[in-house]
Parts: sequence; C-alpha cells; structure tokens
Amino acid sequence: MRIKALVIRILRQIFRDKRTMALLIVAPILVLTMLHLVFNGDDYVPKVGLVQVPELIESQLDLSHAEVTTYEQLKDAEEDLSAKELDGYLLFKDQKVSIFLEGSDPSVNGATMKWFEGALKPLQPNEQATIPDVNFLHGSSDMRQFDYFGPVLLGFFVFFFVFLIAGVSFLRERTTGTLERLLSSPLRKSEIVLGYVIGFGIFTTIQATIIAAYAIYVLGMIMEGSFIYVLLITLLLSLTALTLGILLSAFANNELQMIQFIPIVIVPQIFFSGLFNLETISEWLNWIGVLTPLYYAAEALRDVMVRGYGLEDIYINLLVLFGFSCFFMILNILALRKYRKI
Amino acid sequence: MALVSIKDVSKAFGTQQVLVNINLDIFKGEIFGLLGPSGAGKTTLVKQLVGLDLPTSGENYLFQQKVPSLKLIERVGYMAQSDALYGELSAKENLEFFASLYGLTGRKRKERMDTVMRVVELTEHMNKLISNYSGGMKRRLSLAIALLHEPELLILDEPTVGIDPVLRKSIWDAFYELKKEGTTIIVTTHVMDEAEKCDRLGMIRDGKLIAVGTPEELKAQSNSSNIEEAFLVYGGVKREN
Repeated sequence: MRIKALVIRILRQIFRDKRTMALLIVAPILVLTMLHLVFNGDDYVPKVGLVQVPELIESQLDLSHAEVTTYEQLKDAEEDLSAKELDGYLLFKDQKVSIFLEGSDPSVNGATMKWFEGALKPLQPNEQATIPDVNFLHGSSDMRQFDYFGPVLLGFFVFFFVFLIAGVSFLRERTTGTLERLLSSPLRKSEIVLGYVIGFGIFTTIQATIIAAYAIYVLGMIMEGSFIYVLLITLLLSLTALTLGILLSAFANNELQMIQFIPIVIVPQIFFSGLFNLETISEWLNWIGVLTPLYYAAEALRDVMVRGYGLEDIYINLLVLFGFSCFFMILNILALRKYRKI
Repeated sequence: MALVSIKDVSKAFGTQQVLVNINLDIFKGEIFGLLGPSGAGKTTLVKQLVGLDLPTSGENYLFQQKVPSLKLIERVGYMAQSDALYGELSAKENLEFFASLYGLTGRKRKERMDTVMRVVELTEHMNKLISNYSGGMKRRLSLAIALLHEPELLILDEPTVGIDPVLRKSIWDAFYELKKEGTTIIVTTHVMDEAEKCDRLGMIRDGKLIAVGTPEELKAQSNSSNIEEAFLVYGGVKREN
C-alpha cells in the first residue's frame, strides 16, 4: 500500500516533467541515430592500382566498386601509394600475386582487402590457396560496425540516463527535505528503496522498449535473438543503474556533484564493456571489467542480438546484474540509517 | 504523566556540543514553545523527538515509550523547517501521497484532505501545482500535511516563518482548535511575540535550556515587561538600566 503510493508518486513526477522524460527517451534515440549514420555511411570506395597485370588476367578480374588505375611501372604505383592517391595495389610478378596497402587507416584497409578478395575470386574458381575465403562465425560479410557496437551502446545509454535521473531525483528528495518527511512517516527504509525500484522500473521498461524497438526496427540494428531477452537485460541493467545512482546520490550535495560521478563511474565502464577489444587491454587493468555492470549487460546483449543465443546462455550474466542490484539496494537501506536508525 | 519526556539529553556533532544536558517534560493538551535564536539547538531537539536524530547521551520518551520506534511515529505529526513538498505535483497529489503513507484511503482520505486544507485556508488551491504556490502557501500546505493523520502530538519547526500577520493569526487559531480537541503541540520559534501565545515556554540558548514556565511566570520571575527582556535576563545579559 505504502509502496504503491510511492510508485504512483514517482511515476506522476516523471510524466509531469516532460523535459526529463524526453531526455530519457529522445536523447538515446538521437544519439543512436547519429552513430548509425556515422558508422554506416556509404560504403567506402577503395582506390586501387593494378601493376603489371597481364591483359588476359585483367579481363577476368571483377573491377566494379572501386577506382581502378593500371600502371606499367611499379615505381609510379609506389609513388601514388605514398601520396595517398591509392589505397592499395595489386602486383603481378613472376606469376605471383602480391597486395600492397597504404595502411594508415584500419577501416580503409579492411575495405580494400575485401575488394581485392572479391576481385580475385574469378581467377581462382577451384583453388583457395592464394587468398583464403573469409568465413564469418556470426553475422556475415554484410555485418556493419554499428551492429557490433550497437548492443553495447544500447545498454550504455539505458544505464547512463537512468543512473543520472534516478540519482538526481533521490538527491532532490534529500535536499528539499521530503526524504526527512518520508522518514518521519511510518514508511520503512526498505519500502522507500523498493518504491523507487518499482517506480523507475516501470518507467525504464517503457523507455527500454521504445529505444530498443527503434534501434532494431527503424535503424535496422542486427537482431538474431528474441526481443523479450533484450528487454529483460535492459530492465535488469537499469535496476543496477537506478540502485547505484540512488546510492551515489548520498555522496553528492547538489546536482553538479551528481554530474561529477559521470567521468568516475560511467565513462570507465565504456572501456570495459566490450566496445574496445578487451584482450588488448593491459593485464593489470583487466580486473576492472568484471566489476562493472555494463560489462555483463553488454555481453548478454551481444549474445542475444548478434549471436542469437537464448536464456540458457545469458542467465549467468542476468544473475550477476541482479546480484549487483540487490547489493546496491542493501547498501541503500544501510545508507538511509544515517537519517533514521530504525 | 508527561506526554513528552526529555531526560539528560546531550548531543555533540564531533567536538561541537549542540545540546547540553536537557531535562524537560511536556504535558498532554498544552502548546509548548521552544524559544531561542537560530543555532540554539531547537531543531536538533525536535528532530530527536521524531526519531530523525539520536542523542549522544540521555533518552527521549513519547507516550512513555522510548524514541525511536516506528509505532510512535504514527502518533506524531512533524513539520520540518523546509517545506518538503513535491514541486512537480499538485497540492492534491501531495496530500494523497502523504495520506497514503499513513494508511488513509478512499473516503476517509478525501475527508481528511478537505478538512486540513480548510484549516490552512487553501481549499480553492487544491489542484494547483506546488511550483505555482507562493512561499506562504507552501508553508501552510506543509502544515496541512502534518495534520493529515490526526496526530496526538504535533511537532512544528518554525511553522509561521514567512506568513503574514493575518494568516499567522488564523494558523494560531487553528492551533487552539487542535488543542481543544486534545492535541499536544510543540512549536519552535525565534519570534518573541509569538512565544507569548504558547501555554508554556522553554528558552534555549547555546544548547542549554535556560528557563521553563508560562510566559507570565517567566516575565514575573525575571522582572521583565516582555519575553524578549526575560530572555536576556535568563541568558545572563545584564540589564542596561
């Protein structure tokens, strides 16, 4: 009953504050759209050179989707390559094929390599020796960078905004004195924390549904698994964000100090969430990843969205997220002892 | 039997001594004023009675039971110095929320909400958002919320700050009404003329209770013509004339 009153009040406050509600829903959509546009711009058209390629062979190459220049002299091609006129060139020498890349931009390298593979295919219908076929375990050659980052970003934005809004609203409860009023009523400390969890839980379910649906159905983010699992993961993630936000708000005296937690608590999580390759992170920093909630959520989201896995593969990650929430909730109840001992 | 019993209560925040050995009994049905300048320790003392703070040494009793206890909380209405309202919500929504915390529902809740809003003369502003309320209106709504669950003991921290004299009088009339119904009221104030309206007064200075009695007793004993002078005498300041 008392929890219900608290839940209704929180939802009323959120829906009354149109701007904050817009921030929670529109901001992630906006940023995801921008990232979608940045990462999925038109396919890069590589500039390639063919050096001393016999005409018979050249006629068999698939030369579409690239700016192709033919060179008689290796020296000219070398010059153009160093002047960045070329992204790479193909050299036929002594019956051997070699590829030379400009090499400064990894994404251009990838595009160029891919083009060469395609171009050389007609030459080697039977043998696979020179350049092996590339196989994709998950996704396909159509899979875009955004598809790989997408699930992590989805989790990140849910975490980020819920953390901030929940933290600030609890902070306000403290600074305006309403927390004191709540604690001078028969409301129990656990009921306060549960009321917040349920109230914001309901709202974040709506929020996560809208954002995930937009990312998947409008932006066409890869989605191999079940939408329900995506919702389940984001809900559990937002609960950790919520409970952590409320907990840290106890250590902030105003909204600005709440913002100051972003570079300390939020940003480091990005580095360990799988947006960057974790295997390349220095070993002495490795242990941080397993302490960050986003790490587990990103893993689970990628399992569902990219790899199409089901509950049996993600339940451990879900349990860890739930564990984080419970842990933070208990700490929250303990932190409220500062205001009322019983 | 005393309704409120403060026994040897001291409180220190770190090395700063805020309350020093306070002993005080407050009886059923009286309006008791805690008078003192800001920083004297009034708020700390009333917070302890509600259970929001604990004494470093000594004990507080309400209705002969030791504070803090969740059972006692339901019998007390507390209005803090800050208005403690939700600005995004209307007065009605604020009242509904706090009433529900005390288990009031349905018709009973509606009835109580209407009654308390009448007491503070805000009935016509029931559906207004708090962010559109003036300072004085917020203060009155805050008082209304403290009255919602018909508490036996009402603890009000500076209830009439920022309220004009006409309204202040009507609020004090409301206090006398509540007193008639048997409610005990503890009011903190730093306004000397307001202190005259209390049945009994406790003067607090630098965390010490320097005098207790009816306004007339205090004035007579200190040979003063008003409460302000009396306060100076008990506070150890020499009379100028």
